[in-house]
Order: sequence, then C-alpha cells, then structure tokens
Amino acid sequence: MREHWDKSLRELAVEATLAALQDAHVQDVDAIYVGNMLSGELTRQEHLGALIADQLGLGGIAAIKVEAACGAGGAAIHAAHLAVASGQYRRVAVVGVEKMTDLWNGSVTAGLAMASDGEYEAANGISFVGLNAMMMRRYMYEYDLVEEDFAPFALNAHANAVNNPNAMYRKAVTIEQFTQAKKVADPISLFDASPVCDGAAALILSRSEYLNGNGARAIQIVASAVATDTLALHDRQDPLWLRAVELSSIKAYAQAAVTPQNIDLFELHDAFSIVGPMSLEAAGFAPRGAGTYLARDGGISVHGKLPISTMGGLKARGHPIGASGVYQVVEAVQQLRGEARKNQVPDARYAMTQSLGGVAATAVTHILKGK
Amino acid sequence: MAENLATHWRLRAQRYQLVGSVCSKCAAKYFPPRQVCPKCRGTEFEPLRFSGNGELYSFTTLRSAPAGFESYTPYSVGMVKLDEGPLVEAMLTDVNEDELAIGMRMEMVTRKIREEDGERGLLIYGYKFRPAQSRAP
Repeated sequence: MREHWDKSLRELAVEATLAALQDAHVQDVDAIYVGNMLSGELTRQEHLGALIADQLGLGGIAAIKVEAACGAGGAAIHAAHLAVASGQYRRVAVVGVEKMTDLWNGSVTAGLAMASDGEYEAANGISFVGLNAMMMRRYMYEYDLVEEDFAPFALNAHANAVNNPNAMYRKAVTIEQFTQAKKVADPISLFDASPVCDGAAALILSRSEYLNGNGARAIQIVASAVATDTLALHDRQDPLWLRAVELSSIKAYAQAAVTPQNIDLFELHDAFSIVGPMSLEAAGFAPRGAGTYLARDGGISVHGKLPISTMGGLKARGHPIGASGVYQVVEAVQQLRGEARKNQVPDARYAMTQSLGGVAATAVTHILKGK
Repeated sequence: MAENLATHWRLRAQRYQLVGSVCSKCAAKYFPPRQVCPKCRGTEFEPLRFSGNGELYSFTTLRSAPAGFESYTPYSVGMVKLDEGPLVEAMLTDVNEDELAIGMRMEMVTRKIREEDGERGLLIYGYKFRPAQSRAP
C-alpha cells in the first residue's frame, strides 16, 4: 500500500488475487467479487468484474463489482459470503482494489465526497474530511475532550504498521509529532487522517467441503452483517451516534453467538481518529462518550484489553478505499492463524472487522473464528 | 466537469428559499425535502419554507478542497440546527474563522457557491449561513 506509480489498477488487482489463489492452493474459482469505489472517476475504467476475470485468465466465470463507497471491500466480502453460503458457488475470490494516485488531489477529494450526499453536502463544497471534522468538533464539545485525547489511536496505528511490510507508513509517531501536526480541517490534523494511496488485497472464500484437503489454514467466517444509516450527516437525529455500526455489530454478534467480550481483536475503520472512539461505542466496547478512555494506557495495543488496527489500520497501513475492507479481513486471518509475528495478539480466537462507507452510512461487520 | 443546467435548476426552491417538506401524516419537518417519511413511511408532503434562523451545531475550516472549490480555500463550513428542527450543512460567510463558536445564532443568506471554469461555466448560487445580524427570537 503506497503510491504505486508503476502499477495500474488491473496489475494491482491481478497480483493480489494470484497471491490469494496461491495461499489457498487452488487454481480456479466460480466467481469473483470486486470491491472498488472510484475506478470510473479516477482511472476512467468501470466494468471491473469482467476486466479482472479476463486479466486473471479466468474469462467466462461470473464476476461483478460491488460498490458501497469506502465500505466497498467489506460489501464485496458480504456478497461473496452470501453466494458461497447459499450453495450457488463452491469457491469464490474477493479482491478489493483502488488506484488513487493517477489524478491530482482535488479530483480525489471530489471523488471521495461522492460517498456523501451529492446535492446537499458535496455541492456545498463540504469534503469528506470536513464532515469528519465537524463530527469530531461536536464530539469534543459534548464530551469535554481535546485533540490529544485522540492521539493514542494514531500512535497505536503507526506503532503497529512498523512491523507490517505491506504498510504505507512504517514509522512510529510521537505525541510531540501528533500535537504539532498541521491541521487539515480543524480539529483534524494530518495525523488524524488516513492517507490517499493505491492498493489491492484478496481472499478466497470456500465452502468447507471444497477445501481440497487444505483446511488446516482456513479460517471460518462466523458472521457477515450489513446495516445502513442516513447518507447525509445532517439527516441524522443524533450525528454523534453511528447507528449503522450499532446495527451491523448487533446482527454480527447474534450470527456468531458471541458478545463484545469474546472479541480478541477489532480491525475498525479508522479513516479518521474520530471514527475509532465512535465505532468502539456503537459496537458495544465502550459506553457512550467514553471511546477515547479505552485507548488510554495501551488499552488498544496488541497486548491491550482490545487490540485495534493491529497491522496499522487505515491510518498507517493505508486506506486504498475499496481494498481496505479486504485488507482488514486478510489481517484478521493472519492474526487467527498465528502468523502476525511481532504484532501477534496472544491467543486470538475471535477477530472482528468493520468496513464503513461514507460517514458510516454503510457498515459491514465480519467476525472470524480461529481454531 | 461542467454539469447540465437542469442539475441546478431543479434544486432552485431548496437553494434559494430553503424549501423543505412537512409530512402530511405525522407533521415531521424535513430539509432537504423527502419522498418517503422515515418516521411514519407517509408519502404525502406539503412544501415548507424554513426561516433560515438557527444555531451553529459544528463547523470546520477546509485547507484543501474538492475540485471546483480550490480557489476558495481556506473556507469555513458548518452545520446549522434550524429553529424548526432540521440540520443544514453549508458554507459559512461574513465571519472570521476564529469568531466561530458552537451555539452561536446564525441566519441564511443567498450567495455565490462557486463559479465553473470556462466560457460556458455556470455561476452557482445558493444558501450560506452567517452570524445573525438581528437579535435571536
């Protein structure tokens, strides 16, 4: 995940999918689900299903793109999971991909603003970071917090990215660097925002009877749940409560027959620092207004009470929009297989991932279970 | 990218007069207007022109902007809680960013939102909010 000037969207997607096929020791799949938001806007390429199937030499199979703004990756996994669980397909590939560095910044900002309400938010010049900044300012006002209270989220993400070879920023950040960082949209500074970058990640989903004797490393998906909220922030009765996060988490806990206490690590959608505490609250890990308290004293570190962003999160691993939700699940699989090396969460059995679209107008929650 | 005139023309009542809707069944008030009431699922509405007065719910100042708005940076945007209930997001005007504070009284004004580039580029007008010039109700 970085600025891959030398690689096109199709090359990134094919590379990631081939690696996933190799990891799963399989040659083919019945279908491909592509998670992507902005290929049309930023690379003038749509129709990614057919493109990627063709480029993989799998032309002929079913292949479609799934879009849910920044939650596209999670949404693609959800669609793929339903297809496999229904029995329609034996085995499918999911690839999340985003190519963001082929256009200059204003176009990317305008593209990302399409995740919000085009007629009443983006049309008034309100960027996506602007929406998150307004949410953060009101949150700080309501709960009497300062910018530094959010620092543990960025510091934790960067500390974890140091050990992730796929991460964009493999450098730790100090509290001094955090407090001195330039404001992008007050109170959001550079270290509160995830970076624009290129990237792709892929998974193979299979019914257990088609694992071809390769079941030892397979990780089970025990919940896949999607919920929505108003698209526009201004249409919410309560703009400080992420209702889609709450609803999709509740559905996921019910499917997996677990409670938040059973979750050993949580790959949440830390596109901006403010999303961290608000997600922890709505998903049931912290009381309302107390999300930042959980991050104090190493509470969210790999050895903390609830490890989050264990491989760097969106903040430091990077946030190639449609790929992020798939990256989260790849990283959860690494943790549950015990392959996360220096970032290994001890005795991880249940991992939860959450991919959000827009200001959590879409929330896609997955729970994975290790052996 | 230049848009068709109709994109803006069909929003004229919202942009120039802050016209939203009120549900005929449960009396819930909406800006922007809706086709289905999320509270009661009613589909009958009457238009409602909002006063344009309210309180600043939150705000920020953008240092980098989406394409089409770069020449205006830095500019402040906010969420205003209208006296009738709904929240509206808009650019803020006639105010320095360090004077902005949550809770301050605001009023709607009609201003130029942006200018499109080129000979055929449109001048897009709409609502912005500024600190209230008259005393609060």
